[in-house]
Amino acid sequence: MVPDHKIMSEEEVSALLTTYNITTEQLPKVFHDDPAVKVIGAEADDVIRIIRVSHTAGRAESFRLVVKRPKK
Amino acid sequence: MTLSEKYDKKVEAADLPVKTKDQIRKFLAEKEITETQFRQILERVIKEYKSTRIEPCEAVGVIAAQSIGEPGTQMTMRTFHYAGVAEINVTLGLPRLIEIMDARKEPSTPTMTVFLEEDYRNDRDKAREVSWQIEAAPLHEFGDITTDMENMHVVVHLNTKVCEKRKISPDEIMEVAPKKIRDRRHYRDFEHEVDEKNSTLIFSPKDKESYQNLFQLAEHVRKVVVQGIDDILRVVVRKEGGEYILYTEGSNLKDVFDVAGVDTTRTRTNNISECANVLGIEAARNAIIFEAVSTLNEQGILVDVRHLMLVADMMCMEGEVKQIGRHGIAGEKESVLSRAAFEVTVNHLLDAAVANEVDELSGVTENVIVGQPIQLGTGDVKLIAVRQHDN
Repeated sequence: MVPDHKIMSEEEVSALLTTYNITTEQLPKVFHDDPAVKVIGAEADDVIRIIRVSHTAGRAESFRLVVKRPKK
Repeated sequence: MTLSEKYDKKVEAADLPVKTKDQIRKFLAEKEITETQFRQILERVIKEYKSTRIEPCEAVGVIAAQSIGEPGTQMTMRTFHYAGVAEINVTLGLPRLIEIMDARKEPSTPTMTVFLEEDYRNDRDKAREVSWQIEAAPLHEFGDITTDMENMHVVVHLNTKVCEKRKISPDEIMEVAPKKIRDRRHYRDFEHEVDEKNSTLIFSPKDKESYQNLFQLAEHVRKVVVQGIDDILRVVVRKEGGEYILYTEGSNLKDVFDVAGVDTTRTRTNNISECANVLGIEAARNAIIFEAVSTLNEQGILVDVRHLMLVADMMCMEGEVKQIGRHGIAGEKESVLSRAAFEVTVNHLLDAAVANEVDELSGVTENVIVGQPIQLGTGDVKLIAVRQHDN
């Protein structure tokens, strides 16, 4: 159910941002208190690489930016 | 025979999805081919793959909406009622699909599919044992409960045989029962005595003036859950695909994971928001796709998984599960006109006016409203012709 989560190094992040010509803000988000994020110990502003088992491609990579959960 | 290493490397280096690469390997493994043939095959595959990819600036959202919407109209007519899986009622069909898309906190029929670890999954008795650890069992199943009106007591005689069969010691029950009545049922106006030799529990209300208290107490004593998980009302053990699987009525992912013998990697619940809380947003995304696909397939409707993946991606973009509708994705769009075009038009326009909002006109809807070309398809590409002046 839970795909692999990995924290990306700074070089990897900048490489990702240049290939897609985006800023980290444009990535999908994940909250800092998300169970999967807590397990790998990522902090806010980290970018996480998610390796999904895809129905169509077999294996697909996705990226999420860790953000603080907004207070209600 | 596997594919020779030389070819394998070339397949690996190709710009193709993993699944396609595996298919090429499998297809070529048994065949004798020359190098040119291999090159041609690979070229054709890559060409074919590129031609099937979606083109940039294509309106995938609209395609997804129509691809799910049209079969959805057929569902309405066929089912609005319940159908049973393993004697457990589950909401199916359109009501269930709406439930998924609305990201309800609690589905109308929460259920779980509990898979077991290797040592447990092939043994009926062991599967049964796990099911007892999960299924909520009230105290009256473990013995006789009598109300002694004369002395104002509620007396519980535990049946040791039942306790033994259910793998729970009478001492444990006697310890848990009064605590649970206080903590879980929030009823505190009673005292209790434990007679360990005869495995008997005696409850008496604090206020002995009224019989009403006694009967109220008796009701709490009868119904207090002493074994299993409170939220899980029923468990059905079924053999499927050569292993025992537990189906439950009611859902509590966190507590079920703590039970020994439960395979935490495969066990799933149909409560998506619970999935998001316990396993994280990525698991919730997977759960949305799985639930949507199985609801549609159960009705004999085949919708390409890509459309549902897109919907699930949109719902999970911001780190939490958002519904599709005015309280979720549609309601949080940047553009005022786009929001106003969806639902509750006047409110959105009024609020925007009060807040002095500015519309950037970057989306589709707002550009249609003001009568500009939309930024989709050819509308998104800006070409500037630089004329060659020949002087």
